[in-house]
Amino acid sequence: MGILLRIEKILLNLEGRQILKDLSLSVKEGTIHSILGSNAAGKSSLAYVIMGCCDYIAQSGTIHFLGEDITSLPVSKRAKMGLTLAWQEPARFEGLTVKDYISVGMKNKDDALITESLRHVLLEPSNYLERQVDKTLSGGERKRIELAAIFAMRPKLVILDEPDSGIDILALDNIINMMKALKKQGTTILLITHREEVSEIADVTSLMCSGTIVNEGRPKEVGKYFKEKCIPCPTKIFPSEPDSLSKGAR
Amino acid sequence: MQDYELMLDAYAKAGGAPSIFKDSNIAHLVVHKNKVVGSNSVKGLILEPKETTSGVDIMLIVEKGMKIEKLVHLCFGILPEEGIQEINIKARIEDGAGVKLLAHCVFPNAVKIVHKMQAEIEIGDDAYYEYNEVHFHGESGGIEVIPKARIKIGKNSHLVTNFSLLHGRVGVFDLDYESEILDNSTLDMTAKIYGYGDDKIKIREAGFLKGRASRGLIKSRIAVKDNAVSEIINELTASAPESRGHVDCVEIIQGNAQAKAIPIVNVTNEFAKVTHEAAIGRVDKKQVETLMARGLEEEKAIEVVVGGLLK
Repeated sequence: MGILLRIEKILLNLEGRQILKDLSLSVKEGTIHSILGSNAAGKSSLAYVIMGCCDYIAQSGTIHFLGEDITSLPVSKRAKMGLTLAWQEPARFEGLTVKDYISVGMKNKDDALITESLRHVLLEPSNYLERQVDKTLSGGERKRIELAAIFAMRPKLVILDEPDSGIDILALDNIINMMKALKKQGTTILLITHREEVSEIADVTSLMCSGTIVNEGRPKEVGKYFKEKCIPCPTKIFPSEPDSLSKGAR
Repeated sequence: MQDYELMLDAYAKAGGAPSIFKDSNIAHLVVHKNKVVGSNSVKGLILEPKETTSGVDIMLIVEKGMKIEKLVHLCFGILPEEGIQEINIKARIEDGAGVKLLAHCVFPNAVKIVHKMQAEIEIGDDAYYEYNEVHFHGESGGIEVIPKARIKIGKNSHLVTNFSLLHGRVGVFDLDYESEILDNSTLDMTAKIYGYGDDKIKIREAGFLKGRASRGLIKSRIAVKDNAVSEIINELTASAPESRGHVDCVEIIQGNAQAKAIPIVNVTNEFAKVTHEAAIGRVDKKQVETLMARGLEEEKAIEVVVGGLLK
């Protein structure tokens, strides 16, 4: 498996605050790679930087996707290469139906695939296809529709920003199954989460703290460390343990 | 081609299906300038147009207890570049009666046109009236559209109005609808307009919730770009117990456009409640970036967001 996404020494300052510092990360093709970290570790900012969102342009560092330097490409160009992002709180669109929304990212507007995508997230197509992606949907429904849209898009890499936030335990099982289905269809997943039990679905976990990756290893080991040492977050400045974790976790 | 055929041709280009004007089971009225070029009525509906020097006076009555099964089609317009059209409507929906109307207003070649509509509508008890108006204008912007309506809604009745002007330049637009709502009745008014160039949009939609448990919703969806200007006054007054209302205005601006929203919420009964929400601004960045993350170019993403809002 080759490296699909390579991030090197990213630095991001926003409004005078250092959000990401010297962050490097490599994601292998065909894997689920989780980014585990407490709130305010910079996880979502990393997602926006990778996607190229306009307020999240890194001051320095590079991002390579499919071996190509995408650091200065706009969001749509990155998406056309096969990179996409599912926001933690997906946007809502008045007047846009679920069917139209899902089809936006599809190369071939195939109704059967739209239906299949909704079924994958346990939403009955006949109840949802003509509904609007607006505030009448619950948070959980909106998240499922986002995953259905990703499934139908068939991207090469998707960044899932906290797909587990704000949903109940049953929905969580479904979202985990959906991630497995995405992986099976060939989509590499960069999974952002602050829950170590969700992170365990991954092949590799990177631990993020104060804007940088402090370690990487097997999900269970990194997750155990995270649970024991990082909840509650002892300090905004990461202690010296990562080195010892590094030896144990890799 | 005669005026009738020309109007039907314009109607078809505006998305209508001219075949309905040949169906004797569908009531319709086609007016070009001040000429009635086609009309048909159905049982229970009195539809009487009278030509005037500058337009047409129309009497529309739905008789007591009669529910007009099929949509009533109206088509107003001026095909030359210049002209004036004044439409005066007196409508009475009698107790227990109901009707739904769809009006197409077509001005495809407007350079110097004035289209005025003055409506007085009385809706009885246990009745419903739905009025949908769709405008199709040309690209010059040389048109003034001035619709005014005064509406009284009886008890246990429903009024729905939908106004849309999404095709062609708005020109100068000045809408003023005012409704009075009695016990257990509902008002649902929506206006959707897309202005560009130097279009000027002014809307006042007002509802007076005078009856116990009356309900009102006034909704505006406006998009303006270039140098277009919009001012939206949505007004709801609740003076009866258990009356409820909501005002909802969203305006999107692009370029040098300017938008103003003035929600007026007036409650004079302690058991009444009216809420409002208004949002004006650029297209939401997160919406645009979400669509861009699916592969749409920025311009297309904005088009999808604005198109959805005005849908």
